[in-house]
Amino acid sequence: MTELTDLSLAQAAQALREGEITSRLLCQAYLERISRLDAGLHAFLAVASESALAQAEAADRRLQTWRENPLEPLPALLGIPVAVKDVLCVAGMPCTCGSLILEGFFPPFHATAVERLLAAGAVILGKTNTDEFAMGSSTENSAYGVTHNPWDLSRVPGGSSGGSAAAVAARLALVALGTDTGGSVRQPASFCGVTGLKPTYGRVSRYGLVAFGSSLDVVGVLGRDARDVARVFSQIAGYDPQDATTVDLPVPEIDLQAGDLAGLRVGVPQEYFIPGMQSEVEEAVRQAIGALESLGARTVPVSLPHTRYALPVYYLVAPAEASANLARYDGIRYGPRVPAKTLEEVFRRTRGEKFGAEVKRRIMLGTYALSAGYYDAYYGQAQKVRTLIKQDFDQAFALVDLIAAPTTPTTAFTIGEHEDDPLSMYLEDVFTLPANLAGVPGLSFPVGFDRRGLPVGMQLMGAHFREELLFRAAFAYQQATDWHTRLPEIAAA
Amino acid sequence: MTLTLEEVEHIANLARLQLSEQEKERFREQLSAILDYFSQLRSLDTSAIPPTASVLPARNVLREDRARPGLSREVLLRLAPEAEAGQIRVPAVLD
Repeated sequence: MTELTDLSLAQAAQALREGEITSRLLCQAYLERISRLDAGLHAFLAVASESALAQAEAADRRLQTWRENPLEPLPALLGIPVAVKDVLCVAGMPCTCGSLILEGFFPPFHATAVERLLAAGAVILGKTNTDEFAMGSSTENSAYGVTHNPWDLSRVPGGSSGGSAAAVAARLALVALGTDTGGSVRQPASFCGVTGLKPTYGRVSRYGLVAFGSSLDVVGVLGRDARDVARVFSQIAGYDPQDATTVDLPVPEIDLQAGDLAGLRVGVPQEYFIPGMQSEVEEAVRQAIGALESLGARTVPVSLPHTRYALPVYYLVAPAEASANLARYDGIRYGPRVPAKTLEEVFRRTRGEKFGAEVKRRIMLGTYALSAGYYDAYYGQAQKVRTLIKQDFDQAFALVDLIAAPTTPTTAFTIGEHEDDPLSMYLEDVFTLPANLAGVPGLSFPVGFDRRGLPVGMQLMGAHFREELLFRAAFAYQQATDWHTRLPEIAAA
Repeated sequence: MTLTLEEVEHIANLARLQLSEQEKERFREQLSAILDYFSQLRSLDTSAIPPTASVLPARNVLREDRARPGLSREVLLRLAPEAEAGQIRVPAVLD
């Protein structure tokens, strides 16, 4: 018999509506899996069983009323269990950002994305692990311990939304929110074999998202397939007066229908197939591009000539913004305080003791890049090269509808592999950073496995606000293939 | 490009971060290597390129200047590590 957790979001929503299952039983099934499997995975930093079951029961009552009198349309995510990355505020749950400096902090309000999930009827299971303040590509920078990749427990799940990706892959949540500043949704989605969307910058409100790099941050979604992710995306997206960078554009109802991709022009950038990348990744991605062609798409070679500069640009811009954003953690208004005689000493000691190594490194890097005498050479130059990177995309999207490329140069690496070599860790992000710098949307989904049995991801990138096109192409691919249905052994048990 | 220990201390001071001697030395090495790698940006001629601070067209956002309910003092003070008499307590700022 099929288990409740085998149902996709679309199937679960249908079964809930018809009264075949209840949200309570569905959520209990997920909570039972969390208590059974999460000791070995550590995808969650907090599990909110009690409030989740209360939300599930409220959803069941609403479903019952609706079935008796189906007048109003049901909210899109009614009774659906979701997980939320621990950098988004959920009132009543802790928000640590994977950092000791927010240990014990309970935000008094919901992030807008969370508010919208709840308004759509979703049930929040808990908060997922992340690199401290979302700074990292492996979750190894979490102050609360690493998350393990469900496909191989000795490997990282990617990061920084590694907890969300591992939770979806191991079926500890049906879908999860993540955030993507330099690849933090797409890279863990790739490493864990799930589908992950980084929306266009400004498409989803950042209100209640703990700020990292404010010109880059965006809230995204991880799920089992393009259809599930699209459904959640269309609920959380849209203008929010609380975030002045959100764009007042209608969010399309995304109705994915089986069909071909005739007429779609897919750009293949030579700069994303580089010496040193894992050959199995290149092979799987080239095959997937071939599959898009079989579905009717036409591939066009394109060039994004400034791709190689994305890494230095990102690691100047993001730390510079982070150094300003993280100035607020001073041990005064919230979070723990390291006592000292003077106010200055409270700042220094609280920050010195409670921030982890990577966060300090980036604050130092950003502070340096913004400091008198270095601003023009580093931050100023990075902002100008960012323009060139953005222009690369503008020119490419004049020729093609989508760009297809590997999400990462390799499959998941082992825990500890990049220890004490921050630059080699930064290089893991080389293919995901450009989309953040240009603000364009990207969707990563599984397109194969390497010989170790680790998932390979491919990302599609589109012009600003063209998320629907990404979903259409990925959905067509997923209708024709079954990589996205494969389960890690630990989850099948 | 090699950072000196004094430069590392200067940056740490600007960022109000207390670092151990070990951390200073490690960051000196690591940040020097990272900045070295970043020097490739200088090879690009950007004299005619405008900087990008935001990828979307910036616009001024206005709203009506009207008071709205916010979070209460009680709720906020509960978050503070030390509070007293309805205020956040901090070490003396003046002698």
